[in-house]
Amino acid sequence: MAIKSHVQTTINGETVEFLCESRQSLLEVLRDELHLTGAKEGCNNGNCGACSVILDGRLVNSCLVLGVETEGKSVETIEGLAAPDKLHPIQDAFLENAALQCGICTPGFIMSTKALLDSNPNPTEHEIRYWLAGNLCRCTGYDKIVRAVQDAAKASA
Amino acid sequence: MEKFSYVNATSLEQVTSLLSDSGWGEVMVIAGGTDLLGELKEYIETPKTLINLKTLPGMDSISADGSGLKIGALATVADIAMYPEIQNHYTVLAQAAGSVATPQIRNVGTLGGNLCQRPRCWYYRDETVDCLKKGGELCYAIEGLSKYHAILGGDPVYIVHPSDIAPALIALGASLKIVGPEGEKTMSVEEFFTLPATNPYRENVLEPNEIVVEVQVPHPKSNAKSFYLKAREKGAPDFALASVAGVFEMEGNTCQAASIVLGGVAPAPWRSTEAEAALTGKMITESVSMQAGEDAVKDAQPLNDNAYKVTLTRNLISRAAMMAAK
Repeated sequence: MAIKSHVQTTINGETVEFLCESRQSLLEVLRDELHLTGAKEGCNNGNCGACSVILDGRLVNSCLVLGVETEGKSVETIEGLAAPDKLHPIQDAFLENAALQCGICTPGFIMSTKALLDSNPNPTEHEIRYWLAGNLCRCTGYDKIVRAVQDAAKASA
Repeated sequence: MEKFSYVNATSLEQVTSLLSDSGWGEVMVIAGGTDLLGELKEYIETPKTLINLKTLPGMDSISADGSGLKIGALATVADIAMYPEIQNHYTVLAQAAGSVATPQIRNVGTLGGNLCQRPRCWYYRDETVDCLKKGGELCYAIEGLSKYHAILGGDPVYIVHPSDIAPALIALGASLKIVGPEGEKTMSVEEFFTLPATNPYRENVLEPNEIVVEVQVPHPKSNAKSFYLKAREKGAPDFALASVAGVFEMEGNTCQAASIVLGGVAPAPWRSTEAEAALTGKMITESVSMQAGEDAVKDAQPLNDNAYKVTLTRNLISRAAMMAAK
C-alpha cells in the first residue's frame, strides 16, 4: 500500500493537489506541504483556535482535521483573504483597532470573524464573544478584538 | 501520531466487517475526530486502520415530527444546537449542544462521537501512566490529583463522563440505535452507559464491532420545561465541573414529573432518582428545590480535591428546579 495518499482539494479558490500521510493534519499539510504558514500551531489539540480555517463554509481547527479528509472539499485560509493590492475589511479593522499584540492568534481570529460575519453580518457583542470563544489570545487583547469585529461588521454593511 | 491506513466507509456492512475480528484498538472509526485525534496524538490509541464514517450517506440528517426527533449519529453538535425545532421544543438538548466546546469543535464533532468520547482524566490521557482504565492496577485519582473527578458512582475508576449531550438525551427519554454484524438493536441512552463497577475499561455497552447510528428523542409533553445548567471553571469553553439536565412537567408551580440527569460528576451520566422523588408532586419552593439538591448528593463520596462538586451539584439542581417554577 502506498505510504502517501493523493488528495485534490480547493484552497482559496484554486485547485490544489498534494501527497500526504493519512496521519498528517490539515494544519501540517497547509504549513509543511503547501507552505501556507498563515494558520498557526498553538496547542495542537483544539483549545486555542490559532489554526482556524474554513472548510466547506464551516470554521474548523485545522489541527483536528486530517489532510486526507479534505479530498473534494474547499478550504479558505488567511492567505486567501486580501486582494493583491488591498487588505480585507476584517484585516483593516484589526489593524485600525490595534487588535493584535504578538500576532500569533490573529490569523485564527480573523478566520473566525470571517465565518461569523458570513453567517451573521451584524452580531451583538454577546454573539461575537460566543462565536469567537474558540480562539485564545494569550496577550489577552480581547476587548480590542471585539471592537475590531464590530468595526468590520459596520464596514461590510 | 503513529501511522495508520485510512479507509472511507461505503456501507454499514463494510464497517462492521472491518471492525469484526480486531477487538478494541486495532481498527477504529473516526467521525468528527475531535476526541479521537487527541488520543492518537498522545499515543493513548495507536490503531492500524481508521475507518472514516463521514462518507456513509444520509447519516447526518435531523428530522422532526409530532412524535419526536430522529438524529443521525453523524449530525454535528452545531447542527443539533442550531436546529429550530430542537431550540423550540427540546430546550435542554439545544442548550447542552450549544455548551459543548468551541464553535470550531461543534462544527465537526458529531452526535455519535459525543456519546462515545473517552474520558478527559489527566491520568487516562497521559501515555506514561498505566492506570486502571487502561488495564493497569490503580486509579491514580484516588490518592492523586482529583479536582475534576467523580463524586458519585466512581468505584473503582473515578473518571467523569465528559458528554453534555448525553445527560440531556437521557433526561428527555431518548433511545439509540446500534448496528453490528448481527444487525441492529435499540436501547435507551440511559442503558447504553455503564459504570466502572460493571466494566472499568469502557464507558458504554458498545462492542468492538458495533457503532451508534441514530438517536431517537420522544417529543416532550406540552407542559414540559427543560434546562441544561453547566458549571465551568472559566467563562470560556470547557468541560463541565458539574451539570444538570432537567425536564420538568409543570402544572402551575407544581411539578407533576421530573427527570434530572447529572453530568461531570460520575463515570456515566447520572440520573438522580432522589432529586426526582423530592420534586415529583410538589409545589416547587426554595426549600423544596434545596431539598432536591441535598437528596441528590447525600451519597456523594468526594475525593481529596473535589468536595466543591457536592455543593455545586446541589445548587445547580436547586436552581434548575426554581427555573421550572418561574
